[in-house]
Amino acid sequence: MNPVNYLYLAALLFTIGAVGVLIRRNAIVVFMCVELMLNACNLAFVTFSRMHGNLDGQIIAFFTMVVAAAEVVVGLAIIVSVFRSRHSASVDDASLMKL
Amino acid sequence: MNALTVHSMWTTAAEPLNKIPAPKIEYVQLAPVLIVVGAAVLGILAEAFVPRRGRYVTQVFLTLLALAASFAAVVALAAGGYGTTKAHIAAMGAIAVDGPALFLQGTIILASVVAVLTFAERRLDPADHGHKVDSFAAEAAAVPGGDHEKAAVKAGFTTTEVFPLALFAIAGMLVFPAANDLLTLFIALEVFSLPLYLLCAVARRKRLMSQEAALKYFLLGAFSSAFLLFGIALLYGYAGSVSYATIAGVVDGSVGSVDPALAQTMGNDALLLIGFALVLMGLLFKVGAVPFHMWTPDVYQGAPTPVTGFMAAATKVAAFGALLRLLYVVLPGLTWDWRPVMWGVAIVTMLGGAIVAITQTDIKRLLAYSSIAHAGFLLAGVIAATPSGISSVLFYLGAYSFVTIGAFAVVTLVRDAGGEATHLSKWAGLGRRSPLVAAVFAVFLLAFAGIPLTSGFSGKFAVFKAAAEGGAGALVVVGVIASAIAAFFYIRVIVLMFFSEPKADGPTVAVPSVLTTLTITAGVVVTLVLGLAPQYFLDLAGQASVFVR
Repeated sequence: MNPVNYLYLAALLFTIGAVGVLIRRNAIVVFMCVELMLNACNLAFVTFSRMHGNLDGQIIAFFTMVVAAAEVVVGLAIIVSVFRSRHSASVDDASLMKL
Repeated sequence: MNALTVHSMWTTAAEPLNKIPAPKIEYVQLAPVLIVVGAAVLGILAEAFVPRRGRYVTQVFLTLLALAASFAAVVALAAGGYGTTKAHIAAMGAIAVDGPALFLQGTIILASVVAVLTFAERRLDPADHGHKVDSFAAEAAAVPGGDHEKAAVKAGFTTTEVFPLALFAIAGMLVFPAANDLLTLFIALEVFSLPLYLLCAVARRKRLMSQEAALKYFLLGAFSSAFLLFGIALLYGYAGSVSYATIAGVVDGSVGSVDPALAQTMGNDALLLIGFALVLMGLLFKVGAVPFHMWTPDVYQGAPTPVTGFMAAATKVAAFGALLRLLYVVLPGLTWDWRPVMWGVAIVTMLGGAIVAITQTDIKRLLAYSSIAHAGFLLAGVIAATPSGISSVLFYLGAYSFVTIGAFAVVTLVRDAGGEATHLSKWAGLGRRSPLVAAVFAVFLLAFAGIPLTSGFSGKFAVFKAAAEGGAGALVVVGVIASAIAAFFYIRVIVLMFFSEPKADGPTVAVPSVLTTLTITAGVVVTLVLGLAPQYFLDLAGQASVFVR
């Protein structure tokens, strides 16, 4: 199969993730959409790596996975602490500061 | 190498591989970063092994020592000629050791030192249960106001983890302007962002706001770094490499390829332009430029004020460094494509920041919008696309970071029963009650406004001069108008402090320890020295303004 199709899939997944971040209201779901975007990037890296016949893209995918894992650690810590003090993980409720 | 040979690389791995050459890492030239990372790791170990009583002193000492050693390493490298004649690319092409990198690393370290002093301040709040308290929560994981937190406060816990977290953030910031490939750029971005998200969440007072700021910063920051990463993927697809030099070569056509797949993507401008736009978006988010500035006011307001000062100064320096390197090293062949876009961004950033700041009633939000306007002024220098553009931006960043940290340090001093009194109405008549603090704050505001004899004027003059010489005269006109609008709200705060009656229930000005005093003094001294005698530092920035390719 033509590897370009995987690029289209990556772009589609990235878009789904980006739209999800914008329209979903639960912080956990928003965060999962960000993870989907990062994985779409991984798919693009691996596909380009295959197309170009060099391994850089596959190595970068590993780096992305580690970064995503670190982001989960920090992100969930913040979301859980917000949830424990507000009993809500909705991003709409976090509105103490407004102009 | 085509796809088949790659495939054979993992199917034939059972055979003994030929010798893989070990990477050559120039540890001495990377010393500024390595020292800070090492100290951060030691700081984590200190959290685990040093008894609670001794942790604060250990961490503060370790942090300041590491920053001093790191700064010494930067100076030694610069004195050894790595900023000028011996500038080159270290660590297998990942890190550039050149003038702008060393200059910005030095600036980041000095700004961090004064910011860390405000982190360590423990005299502003009255002692709680006989224990000195700083700006950070007794136990950040505890629910604010809950039993667990009360017990932690009673036991005198403090979040000394902020010092190693700050060191990790500083390490990432040191790498960010020196990153010479897109992967290093992304990793450095995450290394400095993740600790900052956490630092935002650990305020002692107003913790709900602090956690809200962290949540917003984290979600938007992760969103923007995903865009950056997708941009990197597209640029990798375009050039077949993430190295700045190779991408630059492909953009200007000096690197060709015989590989048919690569030759096809190299001719694909859509990959290049979309990828570049996405990477630029990620960097402009960190810079806080309109329209990617939405996080700035909320995060600046909610984060603990010492963290806000640190973030406002050091992040901006690091992000502008990376932006300059990307535009000047990777994409000189695309100058005609990126300049109109950056023109637009710079104009809306300058005007947007200055105009919205007028309506603000909270001093921290006011300073946040002012930082957005300043990002716009800096972008004007970036757009110049000349060596004097680089040197003026370097100088401006150095001048701006000390003013910012000093201003936020003054904000920590003005307090009432609820902690910091950040509402502007509370600042009325401050000049009558505490003339010294109000005068110092007035100096910082005048520097922000760019009044002559302050560093703000020298910086703004250098940036606008470079922009005008670089053919962006219209931008300078917009910049001057935005400066005039901005001057209005800075002066308004000064008028409020000195020419209105103090309220009966107004805030008190806490007497700081030597730490915050040092920070504020450093801010004032740098502001005045760079305003009165900027030439030496302008020359220094001028010498440091050549990127290695």
